[in-house]
Amino acid sequence: MVEAQAHAQAHAGPQGFIRKWVFSLDHKVIGLQYYFLALTAVFVGMFLSLLMRIHLIWPSVSLPLFGEIKPEAYLSLLTMHGTIMVFFVLTTAPQGGFGNYFLPIQIGAADMAFPVINMLSFWVTFLAYMVMLSAFFVTGGAPLHGWTGYPPLSALPSAGPGEALGADLWVISIALFCIGALMSALNFITTTLDMRARGMSLMRMPLTCWAWFITAILGLLAFGVLLAAGILLLLDRNAGTSFFVPLVTINGQLAGHKGGSPLLWQHLFWFFGHPEVYIAILPAMGLCSQLVSVFSRKPIFGYKAMVYAMLSIGIMGFMVWGHHMFMSGMSPYSGFAFSVMTMAIGVPSAIKTFNWLGTLWGGKIRFSSPMLFAIGFVSLFVSGGISGPFLAQPVLDIPLHDTYFVTGHFHLIMGVASIFGIFAATYYWFPKMFGRLMNERLARWHFWFSLVGTYAIFMPMHYLGMAGHPRRYSELTEVGYLHNLLPLQKFITYVAFITIAGQFIFLFNLFWSMKFGKKASDNPWEATTLEWTTATPPPHDNFAGRTPVIHHGPYEYSVPGEPRDFVMQTDPLTVAVR
Amino acid sequence: MGLVLLIIIWLITIISSYFFVARTWWFPVGASAAAASIDHYFTVTLLLMGIVFVAAQGILGFFAWRYRDRGTSSVAHYSHGNDRLEIAWTALTFILFVGLNLMSSSIWASERFRPAQPGAVQVEVTGMQFQWYFRYPGPDGKFGATKPELIDPSIGGEGAVGLDATDPASKDDLVTGTMYLPVGREAEVILRAHDVIHSFFVPGMRFKQDAVPGLAIHMHFTPISTGDYEIVCAELCGLGHYKMHGMLKVVSQQEFDAWLAARESEKQ
Repeated sequence: MVEAQAHAQAHAGPQGFIRKWVFSLDHKVIGLQYYFLALTAVFVGMFLSLLMRIHLIWPSVSLPLFGEIKPEAYLSLLTMHGTIMVFFVLTTAPQGGFGNYFLPIQIGAADMAFPVINMLSFWVTFLAYMVMLSAFFVTGGAPLHGWTGYPPLSALPSAGPGEALGADLWVISIALFCIGALMSALNFITTTLDMRARGMSLMRMPLTCWAWFITAILGLLAFGVLLAAGILLLLDRNAGTSFFVPLVTINGQLAGHKGGSPLLWQHLFWFFGHPEVYIAILPAMGLCSQLVSVFSRKPIFGYKAMVYAMLSIGIMGFMVWGHHMFMSGMSPYSGFAFSVMTMAIGVPSAIKTFNWLGTLWGGKIRFSSPMLFAIGFVSLFVSGGISGPFLAQPVLDIPLHDTYFVTGHFHLIMGVASIFGIFAATYYWFPKMFGRLMNERLARWHFWFSLVGTYAIFMPMHYLGMAGHPRRYSELTEVGYLHNLLPLQKFITYVAFITIAGQFIFLFNLFWSMKFGKKASDNPWEATTLEWTTATPPPHDNFAGRTPVIHHGPYEYSVPGEPRDFVMQTDPLTVAVR
Repeated sequence: MGLVLLIIIWLITIISSYFFVARTWWFPVGASAAAASIDHYFTVTLLLMGIVFVAAQGILGFFAWRYRDRGTSSVAHYSHGNDRLEIAWTALTFILFVGLNLMSSSIWASERFRPAQPGAVQVEVTGMQFQWYFRYPGPDGKFGATKPELIDPSIGGEGAVGLDATDPASKDDLVTGTMYLPVGREAEVILRAHDVIHSFFVPGMRFKQDAVPGLAIHMHFTPISTGDYEIVCAELCGLGHYKMHGMLKVVSQQEFDAWLAARESEKQ
């Protein structure tokens, strides 16, 4: 059955430019499309954050082209930075980009289960991205309600600049994104369940595939809820309904709503929003498990534990959303229950960390650039994770909620740790995607800039938070105790300049290596998974008409008695192993 | 490369930890009855998580150096893991995390599960773009009615919260822009918002609670030392969010009574 499907799809690739590169059905091309969309998004998002950092410490400076950044413009930058980064980078690159490109190859399939749906999901995402960016250019500018869009602020056009057309575009964009993500999730799940090559049992899948699979399940369950919430918000804004808005007055004017609940939005949003952080980081977890094993030349420590840990993160990820709402007016009894669940979800995350360390232990570590970023990921994951148990406690949320402590926490773990996953994936799979290696020396410089810069930017945010610095303040001039924190804010901005400059090393390396990089062999890292058994770049049907047969799990490195220190998944082991 | 990684990771760990230990930037002095236990609990969490942080980063750096590829002289150890170890660290983390959680539950319960005591000073706190208003019930101890259609922030004071002058109970209600509280007595705050969500955050009191349109949220805290404490807004509420701040003045009971009487007579 599986074989028949694979044969049926072993067709010649399309020849015309449009069918090959624009409206392509090939999962590899779609993967690259997602990747380059995310690449532009990450630089846009990063640029917005730089403008925010500049405004924060020099509120009245006039920038070339932009002029002075006003407080409301700061909030628009903040909203768009968060939204673009979360949706169009962290959700898009690891899953839509690398997942699309490598899931079918790693399980030995010729393509995704539904190539047309795959193409549609990219183009809907692209449309969502364009709608999001257009919010900058309408009257009133981009919305200022933050990426979480809490109503009534996000529901009332009169609540502030940017809350008119800009906010409508924001909601429409997110709804479109949800549609794209739902289609994509369906495709990933079906592909993983139905398209695996002979011998590729679930427990022989690379951990990357497990991560993409679980991420897709989370996406399927989470994005549907956000889509519904987004539609309700759009109705509240434009059709006079009151799902989220009670009787309120803005500037002495009754807003014309009655009986809605602002907390309902928060429940719906975070029911999506918390699984979303796992959607962003699970692919990076899977990838780093892979890389730590490949470059330590050792099997992954505790493969089954890793799978179960990811599964339990996936399940429990849906039971903890209330920890974003300890201070919201939600029942304090619910707060207690959510905090117990949240502390419990720390356990599988800790298991993963132990297993990464266990894999390094006794290894023979090669410090190629993907491995550097994988080690950086583990370090950031620990540092960002360790502040989790603080914020998971309602009692400690009293002083810490909505302060920079939270900003530091989620940037380390959900933001930059996931971005390190994207970097690691880029350095690791670049030779397979483009047939050349990226420059190692530049990659190392990029790594050191990014690692040290990330810590220097986000660690001090924890100190700001303890001192009571609220998030989302466009200026520090109005509150007395914030004056003392200005030097630390200045330090963060200076480091941000340097760290952002360091990212151009990556950009240069990426495009330079496409043309001038050293030619790569089919398996430059001496890894065992299926993408390294096929040609570089892979042919249209991935395996040139062959159907791979899988003999064992993905991490057979340094098996005693084997001639080489790695055994491809398609090669039988010559010695019997446990 | 292994050695460089070890040095950088260890340096990052040491420098990050130093500022937590040295308390270079720290919480403001806690001036409420709950502050001591919240701060103590923070310190306990910091200590335990600090140990995990230093240990994990320390081991990561050490392993990177110790198990670097040393050519033919080093051989990777072939192992798929160890179930007993997995069970051990799962159990240990579970005990650590859930134990930590249960430790804090009594503080949370005393802050949020019980209502304010009968003798508490009642203050209604209203957040509106971009100002805090504080309403005291006056000598009759009753808050008068408010009406949304009467709300007009441009008038300020009673008009800003839409006080209904036709209600007899509203005659002696006081609305101020600065919050006064007597020291050593529990304060019951009733949090409201009339436009968007705000969050009433007093770092010195270790107190924070969102004010949500449509809800009247009853909370309490007890100031234990006199002085001025800044109030800020902790929930993004619009373009003036950064300047939505106020002042809490904690004074002796006599001063508080005198202040109330003076404001009352001003009003008549």
